[in-house]
Amino acid sequence: MRNSIPFLLAFVLLFFSGIPSMAQSSGAEMADVMRSNGKIYVVVAVMSTILTGLILYLVSLDRRIRRMERNAD
Amino acid sequence: MRKSWWKILCVALLAYAVIGGILLPVPEIPQLQETIRNLYYHVCMWFAMMILFTTSVVYSIKYLRTLDISYDLRARSFAAVGLVMGLLGYGTGAIWAAYTWADPNNPAYASFGSIAREPKLIGAAMAILVYFAYFILRDSVTDMDRRARVSAVYNIFAYAMLFPSIWIVPRLLPSLHPGQEGNPALNFNDIDARMRMVFYPAVIGWTLLGAWIATLKIRLDILREKKWSNA
Repeated sequence: MRNSIPFLLAFVLLFFSGIPSMAQSSGAEMADVMRSNGKIYVVVAVMSTILTGLILYLVSLDRRIRRMERNAD
Repeated sequence: MRKSWWKILCVALLAYAVIGGILLPVPEIPQLQETIRNLYYHVCMWFAMMILFTTSVVYSIKYLRTLDISYDLRARSFAAVGLVMGLLGYGTGAIWAAYTWADPNNPAYASFGSIAREPKLIGAAMAILVYFAYFILRDSVTDMDRRARVSAVYNIFAYAMLFPSIWIVPRLLPSLHPGQEGNPALNFNDIDARMRMVFYPAVIGWTLLGAWIATLKIRLDILREKKWSNA
């Protein structure tokens, strides 16, 4: 379980990185990457988050299995 | 991670497939519009399935030549992940077809009846069911050596069934599914050069992801075998 703490931290950081763009909800339309091109970058961010989560899960499984292999030998 | 260069390659290619696949330019085609980008995801599932099933049948043949049980474990895991890829390909195809083939609000589109008669869908369903039978057959034989031998022979039969059911028959019948008159997405003349730049890396990325999951399953199976033989 100790191993999963860096992953959790990475996820928390990922969520906080979205807050600045939420803060400027009113006022003029600013030059904001996440709001351009019909907000397609939001889709890219969501899909990248899912992919990142899946890959991190696979990496953690890989490490857990490797540890079991080391114990078995 | 053990021998990890190809896992890093897999992550890099998939990141490119997601980010480049959505943001890079694509040709403008009526009716398909932006859904053409599904080529990087839906079609890749089938390509990955085909490559994983091929790997599986190679291990089955290796098992029959050597009678080494570890090859049987490999054949099983690759077939399992290939089946998952096939189911994902079927599901994503259903979503894609729902918005490009049939639209209840647009009389110009096909009705549901003609989609249910799609030879490509029926063929793909047959191929998937044949592979389901592979797992049912495997798990119904309790003797380990007999299970390995019977399922290796059946795997070769299942692989042979892929060709008529998903490659040949759908091309002989009229179909709404594209690519009926040649090799869809492989033909250099019918796929746009801009899309090829994303499509081929995406195929490799999704296939490597499947191989990664399969190797994890294989390593777990080998550990379990060791545990049993020690106990």
